[in-house]
Amino acid sequence: MTASFGSAALALAFAALVGAVALALRGRNGDERRVVAARRVVYGACALLTLCVVLIEISFARDDFSLNIVQQHSSIETPSFYKLAAMWSSQEGSLLLWAWVLSIASSLALYTTRNRLREVVPYATAVMAGVGAFFTGLMLFAGGVNPFASLDPAPADGIGLNPLLQHPSMMIHPPMLYSGYVAFTIPFAFAIGALVTRRLDAAWIRATRRFALIAWALLGFGLLLGARWSYTELGWGGYWAWDPVENAALMPWLIGTAFLHSIMVQEKRGMLKVWNACLIVATFSLALLGTFLVRSGVLQSIHAFGDNTVGPYILGLIAVVVLGSTALIVSRLDDLRSEKRIDSLVSRESVFLVNNFLLVALCAAIFWGTFFPLISELFTGEKSSLAAPWFDRYTTPLAILLVLFTGIGPLLAWRRVSWASARRVFRAPTIAAVAVGVALALLTDAASKPWALALFVFAAFALVGIGQEFWRGAAARRSLRGGSLPAALVGLVSANRRRYGGYVVHVGVAVLLIGIAASSSFQTNRDVELRPGESATIDGRTVTYVRPTAAADPDKITFGAVLAVRDGGKRYVLRPSQRFYRPTGVPIGTIGSNFEGEQTSEVGLWAGFGSDFWTAVRPDVTAVKRRVRAADRGFRACVSGGPGAPPQCRALAAMMRAAAANPALMPAASQQIGALQLATATRIARTYLGDDASATFRVIVNPLVTWIWIGGLIALVGALIAIWPTRRTRRGLAADTELEALKEAKYREIRDAELDHAAGKLSDEDFALLDAELRREAVEILDRDNGSANGHREEADRSAEPV
Amino acid sequence: MDPQRKRKIRLVVALSVAVFLAVALIYTSFSASTEAKEPSQILSSAPGTTYDMTGKVVPGSIRHDGEGLRFRVEDREGGGETMAVAYAGTVPDPFRGGREIVLTGALAHGVFVGERDTLVTKCPSKFTTSNDS
Repeated sequence: MTASFGSAALALAFAALVGAVALALRGRNGDERRVVAARRVVYGACALLTLCVVLIEISFARDDFSLNIVQQHSSIETPSFYKLAAMWSSQEGSLLLWAWVLSIASSLALYTTRNRLREVVPYATAVMAGVGAFFTGLMLFAGGVNPFASLDPAPADGIGLNPLLQHPSMMIHPPMLYSGYVAFTIPFAFAIGALVTRRLDAAWIRATRRFALIAWALLGFGLLLGARWSYTELGWGGYWAWDPVENAALMPWLIGTAFLHSIMVQEKRGMLKVWNACLIVATFSLALLGTFLVRSGVLQSIHAFGDNTVGPYILGLIAVVVLGSTALIVSRLDDLRSEKRIDSLVSRESVFLVNNFLLVALCAAIFWGTFFPLISELFTGEKSSLAAPWFDRYTTPLAILLVLFTGIGPLLAWRRVSWASARRVFRAPTIAAVAVGVALALLTDAASKPWALALFVFAAFALVGIGQEFWRGAAARRSLRGGSLPAALVGLVSANRRRYGGYVVHVGVAVLLIGIAASSSFQTNRDVELRPGESATIDGRTVTYVRPTAAADPDKITFGAVLAVRDGGKRYVLRPSQRFYRPTGVPIGTIGSNFEGEQTSEVGLWAGFGSDFWTAVRPDVTAVKRRVRAADRGFRACVSGGPGAPPQCRALAAMMRAAAANPALMPAASQQIGALQLATATRIARTYLGDDASATFRVIVNPLVTWIWIGGLIALVGALIAIWPTRRTRRGLAADTELEALKEAKYREIRDAELDHAAGKLSDEDFALLDAELRREAVEILDRDNGSANGHREEADRSAEPV
Repeated sequence: MDPQRKRKIRLVVALSVAVFLAVALIYTSFSASTEAKEPSQILSSAPGTTYDMTGKVVPGSIRHDGEGLRFRVEDREGGGETMAVAYAGTVPDPFRGGREIVLTGALAHGVFVGERDTLVTKCPSKFTTSNDS
């Protein structure tokens, strides 16, 4: 029932998306009715895909094992919370998530641009609906990945969700990453539309900038969650391994970061048009490549993926996107010429150029390293791979330079800055950086790691520089408008959300990189073997293995340890443990099967602002395993016993024979045997407590690692500030014409320049020159509005109200 | 200096940095990479060379030996000779018999000795459609 209903909805969504492509393309020459119809059909496809997702989630919640996806990835015992997350643990479910999120993003993008960009929108609609049709069609026609594939007869229970995936992060980490990948489709689609129609001013950028920012924030947050998950769950203690799948998500994020910066140059100066078009094509292609890598098995990864059916299709789509876009850009090179040239090397736009260069270089290095196994096989015939040290060699210096430029960029104004003003704004950050460098070199052993020291120095420069920006901006606003300093700060940020949201992101990134540098360079990492009562001293902290713990549950047996840690004056107790899960999907197994299933580590973690104390345990369960094997043998002997066996054994044997003959009795029998096994497992697990067995502990003292998470959250808050619409943009989104948007952007530039002047970033001469230039440009825009230049000049003066 | 010439200089500088980076990438990657080989290939090659061994842990072969581990691996497709492996240090959670691993190390006296903390176990079945977990 669900299967046929869902399949029909999916097929309809596919037909709708194909129809939207056709309608939009037929409406490209100004047939407004067809374009509106195409937009409504996309809304309809979004509703249909929403229905599909709801149907799948209901089936998971109701344990409807007649659906293959539910049977393979859930079971009756799977906790309800994870039943909802199980959808995207499957190939077909993750494809549905892709298509669904894309349909939502497309609908939103088409809604917000419904009165704008009349020439570009038909093509953008066609691209978005086309990509949506591709993924929907993949589910329907690629074979083996239809989420509504059904099983007949329906099995009584499912295989269950892999215990390794049963972690709260599973609920948000994959959807965040997917939404990030998917949302980059929107700016890509509008870029293609702008290229085709040769409407290559910044209009397409203004219409989709917010989507790019949302995509960037989601992808970044997804990466951060993945790192956190790895740190607390995998029993390994690291948060990043340069694994191909991690790299695949990092690369579009890096190029997306470059894109977000360089589009500002196009918006304000009409430059870098070819570059921006290339960046968004690269970002979207890398997002597709990430989707492909996760499903193809072409590279060795800790994330193993079995299915190959959809890989070639996605590769085909990437080829079409890359070749088609490149051809399109080349054919439009004449229209993509810059309107202006860079005025000065000491200006924000030239810093953005450097930052773009660094980000692209970073991505290129990671790309090369990730695909090196394929490259080396091509040239030498041997699959060779590159390990973390190789990646570090390139990413470390590039990251250090990047953090320096996160500090320099905000200090410089657009267009040009005189040396005198530059010296004034650079003074405090430079002094701070030198002071921090000297202090760290003298007071700590930071000098032993020059790269880390360099990063700390540059991060200090960036943090003080951005702090100075906030301080001077708030002081300038206060002197213009009065009020208290905190009120001026809040007013400043909320009136200039893009700018100050961006600065907050820079603070977050600098803090995050401090955390990465400190925790990777100054980590103490030791494996110690202890018996209960014994102690070890690691990096000045004394760890005592107080006592073992043990517990048995129907699905797992857990062995753990109670550790008492003395850390100077602080004392705390940590309880790391290791869980041994039964293989999923086997109704009745032996107790010993617990040691054949998955194992997960529950980390004992003391998180502090100074350093984390991280522990994981590997209990020695040799003796326990021996007893379990003996118990399993005893059980088998009992139920297969002859006339001499004890009466309860004979009863058990009779029940199992009856259940084998009559499947209806199976649930009751397996429940009874399960209870018996649990009692035995609990008894045996307790014997571990008296074994005095040794356990191996991995102990990591990780300095400043907490700041990675804090920095990430700061960056997220900054992105939200920049994304949040102001009253002005809300009005703009509702009914704005392109000319209005253009005017608004120019007024914002004038306000920015006034703020920079008031904050002392621009000298009086610089400002006078720049202001005259900007007002001239504003008047040019207003003149296009068919009015008298005089009246508009007044309007230009009025609208550029002071900060 | 006239702006045309300045732009040209800037372009040349940027391009040479890019070329330099590209050459560095190519050069270092070929010298720093380790070859990935399967157990049967390692057994038939000269001992002493460091390889990334990718293989499948033979079920039931895992033995704890003091602080270290001893187990046997076979080719990913199964079959062929199995190779003895010695490894010290903790192993990732998903490590167990039948699972694919990647381990950096070298063959010594017929035993593949893994370097500490280089053992990587593949996460199971995130996107498999078959029931192999």
